[in-house]
Amino acid sequence: MKRLSSFLMVTAAACAFTTSAYADGHEGKRGRDGEVKIIYWQAPSILNPFLSGGTKDVESASMIVEPLARYNEKGELVPWLVDSVPTVENGGVAADLTSITWKITEGIKWSDGTPLTSEDVKFTYDYCTAPEGGCAQVTKFGAVASIDTPDAQTVVINFKEPTPNPYGPFTGGESPILQKAQFQDCMGAKAPECTEQNFAPIGTGPFVVTSFKPNDVITMKANENYRVEGKPAFASVTFKGGGDAAAAGRAVMETGEFDYGWNLQLAPDVIAEMEKGGKGVPVAGFGPLVERIMLNNTNPDPALGPDERSVIRPHPFLGNPAVYKALSMAIDRPLLVEVGYGKAGKVGCNWVPAPEAFASTSMKCDVQDLEGAKKLLEDAGFKDSDGDGVRETPEGKPMNILYQTSTNAVRQDFQALIKQWWEEIGLKVELRNLSGSVFFGGDPGSPDTFQKFYADVEMYANTFNGTDPQSYLGNGLCDKAPSPKTQWQGENISRFCMPEYDALHAELTKTAGIEKRAEIAKKLNDMIVQNGGMIPLVHRGRLSAHANTLGGVVLNVWDSELWNVADWYRKK
Amino acid sequence: MTDQSVSEAAAIVVPQDDMSRPARSQWADIWMQFKNHRGAMVGLVIFAIIVLGVAVGPFVWTSDPQAIPPVVEMIKQRDARPIYTLLWDQGAKTNWANPLGTDNLARDNLARLLFGGRVSIAVGLTAMILALVLGTFIGVLSGYFKSMDGPLMRLTDLFLALPLLPMILVASLLFREPLSAMFGVEGGVFTLIVCLIGITSWMQTARIVRGDVLALKEREFVLAARSIGTPSRRIITRHMLPNVLSPIMVSATLGIATAIITESALSFLGFGFPPDFPTWGRLLNDSVNRMVSYPERVIWPGLLISLTVLSVNYIGDGLRDALDPRIRGR
Amino acid sequence: MLNYLIRRLATSVPTLLFIGLIVFLLLELAPGDPMAQVPLTVPPEVKQQMREALGLGEPVHVRFWKWLVQFFWIEPLNLVDYVFGTTFAEGQLRVISWQTRSPVMEIVFQRMPQTLWVVGVAYLVGIIIAMPIGIYSAYRQYSIFDNVGTFVTMVGFSVPPFFSGVLVIVIFAVNLGWFPSIYDTTLVVDDWDSLKAQINQMFLPVMVLALQITSQLSRFVRASVLDNLNQDFVRTARSKGLSENVVLLVHVLRNSMIPVVTVIALGIPAIFGGAIITEQVFQVNGIGQLLISAIEANDLPMVQTLTFIFAVLIVLFNLIADMLYGVLDPRIRYD
Repeated sequence: MKRLSSFLMVTAAACAFTTSAYADGHEGKRGRDGEVKIIYWQAPSILNPFLSGGTKDVESASMIVEPLARYNEKGELVPWLVDSVPTVENGGVAADLTSITWKITEGIKWSDGTPLTSEDVKFTYDYCTAPEGGCAQVTKFGAVASIDTPDAQTVVINFKEPTPNPYGPFTGGESPILQKAQFQDCMGAKAPECTEQNFAPIGTGPFVVTSFKPNDVITMKANENYRVEGKPAFASVTFKGGGDAAAAGRAVMETGEFDYGWNLQLAPDVIAEMEKGGKGVPVAGFGPLVERIMLNNTNPDPALGPDERSVIRPHPFLGNPAVYKALSMAIDRPLLVEVGYGKAGKVGCNWVPAPEAFASTSMKCDVQDLEGAKKLLEDAGFKDSDGDGVRETPEGKPMNILYQTSTNAVRQDFQALIKQWWEEIGLKVELRNLSGSVFFGGDPGSPDTFQKFYADVEMYANTFNGTDPQSYLGNGLCDKAPSPKTQWQGENISRFCMPEYDALHAELTKTAGIEKRAEIAKKLNDMIVQNGGMIPLVHRGRLSAHANTLGGVVLNVWDSELWNVADWYRKK
Repeated sequence: MTDQSVSEAAAIVVPQDDMSRPARSQWADIWMQFKNHRGAMVGLVIFAIIVLGVAVGPFVWTSDPQAIPPVVEMIKQRDARPIYTLLWDQGAKTNWANPLGTDNLARDNLARLLFGGRVSIAVGLTAMILALVLGTFIGVLSGYFKSMDGPLMRLTDLFLALPLLPMILVASLLFREPLSAMFGVEGGVFTLIVCLIGITSWMQTARIVRGDVLALKEREFVLAARSIGTPSRRIITRHMLPNVLSPIMVSATLGIATAIITESALSFLGFGFPPDFPTWGRLLNDSVNRMVSYPERVIWPGLLISLTVLSVNYIGDGLRDALDPRIRGR
Repeated sequence: MLNYLIRRLATSVPTLLFIGLIVFLLLELAPGDPMAQVPLTVPPEVKQQMREALGLGEPVHVRFWKWLVQFFWIEPLNLVDYVFGTTFAEGQLRVISWQTRSPVMEIVFQRMPQTLWVVGVAYLVGIIIAMPIGIYSAYRQYSIFDNVGTFVTMVGFSVPPFFSGVLVIVIFAVNLGWFPSIYDTTLVVDDWDSLKAQINQMFLPVMVLALQITSQLSRFVRASVLDNLNQDFVRTARSKGLSENVVLLVHVLRNSMIPVVTVIALGIPAIFGGAIITEQVFQVNGIGQLLISAIEANDLPMVQTLTFIFAVLIVLFNLIADMLYGVLDPRIRYD
């Protein structure tokens, strides 16, 4: 039964690929379509995703090194270097959820011709968890107790405790397999010295690095030892980095110099204008990325000392349900989507908007209600008592809001719009934008980081990897709030704190079974949104563009965008 | 700030004119010469118009540069073209209430230009003057006094080598909050930006002035002045400064343009004015991606920056000619 | 003169060390985090481990000392190794970039060609155009040529490259399709065709940069020549019966060169420094882009090294300029 189901899965996957291949009529021998040119406006710095973690590095490396299993464009786990995805049903996952067994497909070779074995997989674990290595993906292996390799094709991952989601290690673009032979002298503190290895890792993927100029350009050629006959269709790749999203969009859609442009964060009218160039088309896909306004649950008053500012609770007025509800009601989300994201955005009411199973449907937020918001504030005692157009709290403090975000054309438009609406319901809003490298940098010495949150509200986007939001939902736990004690590190940016939330999250970590987990996750999502943790604004998609002549592109937001680059081909 | 520059311009114009009749003082002479310089007068008039426009304009054209109309209105009014578009495109979306059209959030372009000019001109002028004064001072001192040359020029080397961006980061980290406590949010930002631009752009002026002073101080007329016992201070003010005026004027004109652009770069990075606070540089920067569909959004701010720089350039030309006794009276 | 030169060279060393220290402290004080570009999905504990792997846990003076040793001892050794094939530097840790985990100097050398091609050529073009324009504008002050020149140069200087760069791309790359909008750094020039391709892709960035450089330089040339045209020695030269060409190009020009030499000497280190915005717009990815991306990513070893090389060039070329003053005007003496 087990054998049969895995066989079915593989053939199903194979059929899916071959049918699409025949349908487009682009079969042929490897390298038949010449060169493909990809542009990322953030340039890759290193091709070893374990040492960087930056999206640009992970995605460029995903053309070369591969994980055991990948997420497809629907967010489903599909076997990649293995025969099948292990589950409890097919016996790959132990019934007590403490181990998972992967079977590597026979005959897969590294690009240097040597076979891929379970030793390489185990080595990758050792490499990432070696002390002083500074591995960016070490959380993927946090739950792993040990890895056994009974034979060359079998990998058994043993967990420290029952793990309801055992698909962390070796799945997705962030956690690919490195070759032991190449990296065995690069463990731990030596990792940064292995420039040669980090710039040209040997992989199982469709392409091999021929030259790498860090932060500039990568050239690759087809991997002669790639496991699928006749793939990749392209003989070489030029992967250019740098510039800005507008330049990348122009190069793909207007001048046709490039075939694929990544993550074009531009206003919809700018994209539409570029599309008129006629050389390429934008494609959008939706993952769990949400643009949101975080509400500070602590007091950011500049008069407070460094140990108290944005540490002591409560905020002078944002903690009042009437206030945060009014703030949310005053926002016209459909308009925000239209102005800022167009096709690449949807009205967002939830913290976890995807995958569908985990997305709560209990809240509606697509209608602006300025009058309702005003009434809510009025009834709660927030009145403009001194006639200056700005409401005061019942204690007489004026409701001034400092609203910060990172520098980005769309965010500044959002700031201007939301400021207008909030001022209409009687608040005073001051805007501030900060350079992304400072805002998102965790420097404890800077007053301008998003963790420090020296403002009343701040706007940014966040997401999670894979399809399980458990650790993402953990960002709402009390003890994850940044404070001077933790050097201002911590993911609970809004400093949301609710014992019921913490208890429910603890339950989630022990629950198996997707329906149960989804139910709890939805409750957690609703809890944080309805209790003044944040105001979700837009469920953002990923918008990339490809040339009209480039076929086979399937935009995938759950894994690397270049996940199926082996299937790309030139339309004739 | 701009009001002040208006009165400054006026100060040059009015009193000296009155004085000219009785005694024809040196300043009256200079004014006479300046008046006859056609380019300079045109420059002065254009500059006065621009300064007046941005200083008084927002009171005449009272549309709020930051106001966004309510939702339905906004969608209707956004991205309107300037009314002159009707001349060649009858179907263009225009609106008589917005003569220069609106931006993508339906804010009035004219109001934003007028309001933005205040900041740009104020920042441009003050930062330029600060850089000029600093640069001339250091240049003259190190050129004239041999003992100061070494240390001052090494200081110049240091400032030339400092990377601008980290310096801005440090300065805004150290001074932003104290300054906004002292001058208010916008005043604090203004002081910070002006000081930053001034402090990071005096080096070229200093090097150029020093080079000229090095050569000048060996000229016969300086030796003559020194031999009759003229004190150093007098030699510098009487003989050195008038003779290094022309490179200073060039630096001044180039400095204004640089300051206006640098301001926009600073604001863009988040070290300047709040994001909804328009300046010419920022308007230009924000509209670059839409220059094909809405050329007016880049043309107008670009034109105004260029006009300001051009007019200052011609005023500088006139001043230089007027202050040169060899040309004067020719 | 020689005396002065030796004294200046001797003082350069402490000056440079001081500049190096100031820059180091400045970078240290500047808020920023090499982990800023790591996605928010990576938890803070992991980021902390990554910072420690970069050596950020060590105290400031230790890191400055390490950098000094690496830059002044190990990097030259590596150069020796590279040139002579020796192995003096084997096993010694070089200045390593935090972004790429590779030696900073290797990336710098990788970036030099495109920076020299684009920024260097732009400077040459700028100087070649600016000198005659400046001289002739001054000679025929307020003529039509002068007025048009003034207008063009002033507008050229007031228009920032983030605008003019995109403008020429829209015109020449998108609408006319004559030139590429993105610079290909992998192009190897080894025959006529590739040289043509190289010139083709250099054209737009060089145009944008040269406009700026020409504008600036021609203004200084014009002002300086104007200053000298009315001097007594010009009158003397003319009265001696020298031709206008000789008067202008020998007597006037030589005396007008001091500010021009100053501006050019300040500009040459800037060639190395690259052109941050223009490089970004056309994706030339030279030194300027390297510096700005390193600053954004808080790659301190990279920023420190680049700034320091920049400082060396500034000190060097200002010294050369000072020497040239003495040549141009023998009355200038430093002793």
